[in-house]
Amino acid sequence: MLKARHKRFILIGIGLALIGLAAMLILNAFQSNMVFFYTPSQVAKGEVPHNTGFRIGGLVEMGSIKRGEDGLTVHFVITDTAHTVPVEYKGVLPDLFKEGKGVVAQGSVGADGLFVASEVLAKHDENYMPPEAAAALKSAQEQSKTLVMPK
Amino acid sequence: MIPEIGHFSLILALLVALTLGSFPIIGAARGNTVWMGLAKPLSALQFALIAFSFLCLAYAFAAKDYSVVYVANNSNSQLPLQFRIAAVWGGHEGSLLLWALILSVWTLAVSLFSKHIPDAMRARILGVMGLISVGFLLFMLMVSNPFDRLMPAALDGKDLNPLLQDPGMIFHPPMLYMGYVGFSVAFAFSIAALLGGQLDAAWARWSRPWTIMAWVFLTVGIMAGSNWAYYELGWGGWWFWDAVENASFMPWLVGTALIHSLAVTEKRGSFKAWTVLLAICAFSLSLLGTFLVRSGVLTSVHAFATDPRRGVFILAFLVVVIGGSLLLFAWRARTVGRGGKFDVVSRESFLLANNVLLAVAALSVLLGTLYPLFLDALNLGKISVGPPYFDAVFAPLMAPAVFLMGVGPIARWKDAALPELFVRLRWALAISAITAIVLPLLLGNLTPMIGLGLFLAFWVFASSAELVYQRLRKSEGGLLAGIAASSRSWWGMVIAHLGIAVFVLGVTVVKGFESEIAVKMHPGDVAHLAGYDFRFDGVESRNGPNYTANHGQIHVSKNGVLRTVLEPEKRLYTVTNMPMSEAGISPHLIHDLYASLGEPLDGGAWSVRIYHKPMVEWIWFGCLMMAFGGLLAMSDKRYRLNKQAKSAAAGQGQRA
Repeated sequence: MLKARHKRFILIGIGLALIGLAAMLILNAFQSNMVFFYTPSQVAKGEVPHNTGFRIGGLVEMGSIKRGEDGLTVHFVITDTAHTVPVEYKGVLPDLFKEGKGVVAQGSVGADGLFVASEVLAKHDENYMPPEAAAALKSAQEQSKTLVMPK
Repeated sequence: MIPEIGHFSLILALLVALTLGSFPIIGAARGNTVWMGLAKPLSALQFALIAFSFLCLAYAFAAKDYSVVYVANNSNSQLPLQFRIAAVWGGHEGSLLLWALILSVWTLAVSLFSKHIPDAMRARILGVMGLISVGFLLFMLMVSNPFDRLMPAALDGKDLNPLLQDPGMIFHPPMLYMGYVGFSVAFAFSIAALLGGQLDAAWARWSRPWTIMAWVFLTVGIMAGSNWAYYELGWGGWWFWDAVENASFMPWLVGTALIHSLAVTEKRGSFKAWTVLLAICAFSLSLLGTFLVRSGVLTSVHAFATDPRRGVFILAFLVVVIGGSLLLFAWRARTVGRGGKFDVVSRESFLLANNVLLAVAALSVLLGTLYPLFLDALNLGKISVGPPYFDAVFAPLMAPAVFLMGVGPIARWKDAALPELFVRLRWALAISAITAIVLPLLLGNLTPMIGLGLFLAFWVFASSAELVYQRLRKSEGGLLAGIAASSRSWWGMVIAHLGIAVFVLGVTVVKGFESEIAVKMHPGDVAHLAGYDFRFDGVESRNGPNYTANHGQIHVSKNGVLRTVLEPEKRLYTVTNMPMSEAGISPHLIHDLYASLGEPLDGGAWSVRIYHKPMVEWIWFGCLMMAFGGLLAMSDKRYRLNKQAKSAAAGQGQRA
């Protein structure tokens, strides 16, 4: 029979090993499932990854929504007022998806520059702009300012 | 005038809370019985004042008083009365008032049902709850006053967010808050134990029913929220790993660990410091959850730039409560004692493993919820961590926890033997393993996740059956006598564990076998899914009190026999000009049929989403079983007042 002290060591050892394993698992899962956000300007400059998915956000450009024959494939353009990204999405769009309104799409960009979205998010509040979309517009505005007024 | 009276009542409540948070605690330290005795009447007074203030706000909503900013922002004259009342907690300020009201209800309840608790401890418990109340009332009065006036008054209100105009809004937030705030009782018990240096089996027995009650409310609250999201959002999902959901799930995970740890503290006197730490964490996460959801920080971490005082107050409040209680814990934890020893293989160690797994799971949710916020706050870029992360983390963490649920209740306290456990559970193991492989093969879809889910669900069913069978076999005199021979808290545990199994079964089946299609349908078109024919019969206009709607009809038949009619709706709320989908659902024990309208296309056609969701209702039914198990455990006779007074006296006699 083991001594009580040894048993306690075993218990603590097993516990620590398992917690370490869990921590590794969690951090690994975290790292491999992070989705980064980019603005249309960053997409235009080619600063985006090509092998993994990411999110873009901005406004749905006025007059850009075009529906396919099947009624489910939709093409539209996301703009941050400085640059635009053409997007393709197949499926039913959220209630608040509208031209001129904020939108965030998740997907990946192909060699032809077309962003194929797997998910389109538009949050449920007429006045509420998705934070990512608001950030994209803001950064585009700031960049255009620095272009207009170089120091 | 009435809003001013409500505001004044809130100020009086703050004064009462300040008194409640100081005199009884000081009295307990000095042995001043008069000061300690103040706690009970002050609790009643505090409740009366906050309840009155709450009624004033509700009256302002009911009477359409749009000279109050909060009412004007969250209500509208077209809004039906039940939603005008529910709109009281539809925004930031009002939900804080609901929080404070519920805290005062719990405080009152503790003061009324604590005759058996020693005076000093009761005074400390109520005092700590008074201090929490001070924080919330101060916050409201300083930066989030629901009674602020609008000059000149608005002609009409901006309306409640249409998403919230649903019966779910009437039940879900109060239930959830009852759970959140209920953990303040466990928290106060723990702080009182640290202050008084007394933590024994009697203490655990006093705080257990309160903790279980809070857990029951939280379970039902989360379940109601999940069900609401399922039928309201029109995506057929029941859990999105959204930050708002995570905020309620973290206290649930830690609270679940807490009720198990309390069991060990009561039965074996072990895990004392750990129990106290869990109680502190459960309440801290409840606070964090409240502020995450209600402060606007999720919409934008920079929301506080518009009103930095709110952010500073919230951060300061969290630091004081969490930091202060953890400091107190570090300083006083040794006084509560360490408790009995136990073997590597014993019920204690299984429960410890369950606790660690639940705590790690809560931490992983915390990481996934807060890390993106931190990055954003520090301007280090925007990221999101969605369902893939949580799915990847949760299955491996929860699978061993669920497996241990089968072993723990059968293992002996202090010292169990693995071979004996194996012998007792070999049939349960065999049955669940075979089911996990055969059932998916019969249904034609065997994946590792489906196999694992089914194995765990049937493992809990089978091992619980073994547990019950052993209990009943030992007792003499018929089945009913056998059932009565075991305590209600034991049966409560069995039922709650079976609830987990039902939940796991539901999740596994719906994830493994659900199917969906999105189609463009003209009136008369038929879509096929899961052996059913869905005939779209077009839409007709219908008007609600504050919306116009396109009301669709879909006839569902199988082999030419009409089974049900789904009636999805697309509403346009006129005040906010916001579209909303109302799904058409035919709920059933075996499967749900679910349809929602997308958008109108050319020539009377609509895009339509149709889902087949096998056994999805089991998910919520499992939650209800867990809650029922909790209620049953709470009603155990050893927690009842008169019995408790005697056994507490006996317990004290033993110690002496």
